[in-house]
Amino acid sequence: MVTAAAAVVLGGVFWPLVIVLGAVLIPASIAGVLPTLLRYSILFSLPIAISALLVNLFFFPGGQTILFQIGPISATAEGLSFAIEILCRIAAFSGAITLFYLTTKPTELVLDLERRGVSPRLAFVANASVQTVPAMAERAQQIVAAQRARGLDTEGSVWRRFRGLVPIVGPVVLGSITEVEERSMALEARGFTRPGKRSLLWFPPDSPLQRIFRWLLVVGLGAIVAARAAGLI
Amino acid sequence: MLALERVSYRYPGAPRLALRDFTLTLNDGEVVGVVGASESGKSTLALVCSGLAPRSIGGSLTGRLLVDGDDMQGRPMHEMAAHIGICFQNPTSQLSQVAATVFEEVAFGPLNLGLDRLEVARRTTSALEKLGIGSLAERDPERLSGGQMQLVAVAGLLAMDPRHLVLDEPTAQLDPAGKRLVADSLASLARSGTALLIAEHDTDLLAGLCSRVVVLDTGAIAYEGLTPEVLADERLTEFGIEPPSDVALRREVESAGLHLDLPA
Repeated sequence: MVTAAAAVVLGGVFWPLVIVLGAVLIPASIAGVLPTLLRYSILFSLPIAISALLVNLFFFPGGQTILFQIGPISATAEGLSFAIEILCRIAAFSGAITLFYLTTKPTELVLDLERRGVSPRLAFVANASVQTVPAMAERAQQIVAAQRARGLDTEGSVWRRFRGLVPIVGPVVLGSITEVEERSMALEARGFTRPGKRSLLWFPPDSPLQRIFRWLLVVGLGAIVAARAAGLI
Repeated sequence: MLALERVSYRYPGAPRLALRDFTLTLNDGEVVGVVGASESGKSTLALVCSGLAPRSIGGSLTGRLLVDGDDMQGRPMHEMAAHIGICFQNPTSQLSQVAATVFEEVAFGPLNLGLDRLEVARRTTSALEKLGIGSLAERDPERLSGGQMQLVAVAGLLAMDPRHLVLDEPTAQLDPAGKRLVADSLASLARSGTALLIAEHDTDLLAGLCSRVVVLDTGAIAYEGLTPEVLADERLTEFGIEPPSDVALRREVESAGLHLDLPA
């Protein structure tokens, strides 16, 4: 969060890139997740990056220096410059979020949040949402296989693939709804709706060094905001 | 002791009663089976006994549900859970999805009750040992076989320390190996004194576990009695229930004009 916020506050191209390098790429490399991070991060941010590039390149208000024209619309140098700035911020955002996702176990995050007073229900919903994704993907694969075995065409033209989606999405969604109903009953039967705090079996260790580092990040962000406001950077 | 006194239940918006004037007593340590065709009311009975109907799913209930003589009306679900556990047929939908290990999964319920960590660990270990799945403690619950997963679900209920356990077709979605695993564990659970109410299609499973069997038909008791008598009753097939394999075999042999002596 600090990484993304710092990139937005600093603006420009140089500092966000320094932040991406120092707070995302180097830590990801040390954690051994750099190739995965790059793949996920690009996939995650590609749609918004393309739209940000196109909108700013062609529709930047007050753009004077025309680079090229496509029909009635013009690409401007000012628009391109601003689009690159935005792309650097998007890179910081998606990189930081992806690094967090790749290096933090949802269970540990939720236990830590609960320890710090976050509602058990909120923590459960956050954790279960993440954990449900692979289960739903597995269910979808089973349904695709079953429907293909019954002659459904999931290959070929775009239109055929689109038509093939309907008999797949329906069972996936309806099956998940049924399962959620049963799961919520099972949770109730295990005392989940009891008001008050639940106990924790364990929680991730939080060393003094980690705490100091977290506070340093917050102080650092504050310093960046102050320096920016004062026009020092 | 768990008792239902003249209980009737209707699902929200349903035109007819799913359970009609139902009376049943489950004594401490007793194992009672419930059989019936599909839509006969077995699952509804399980939901009513556990308190989930109408607390969780709505609908209207008349009659009384008693635990040790205390009327459970108005008690919240988490209080009911400490008395009566319910196990559903689909093992995957009973897991919390937030536990990294079987131990954490089983501990989920006691943790919800806000118990002390040591007590939670004691209950969890005891539940795993009772079902003979202590060796699974460090495994990922999502990566178990169906039978193992169902046992983990049952262990999760046992760790809540209820004296009554309601099982709604606990082996319906399991392969033969999974069925055997669950059946053996239920037998050992019954021996340890937990009262079990088992709604099940599989009469072979009930024959080996239950002291009494209740036959349900369209939400009401058709007849009930001691297990060998009920399961050998000719009327069983009229209610869409297959008799246990020893009874079926005996009938086949006798219809061929032969005589068969099977050990009791």
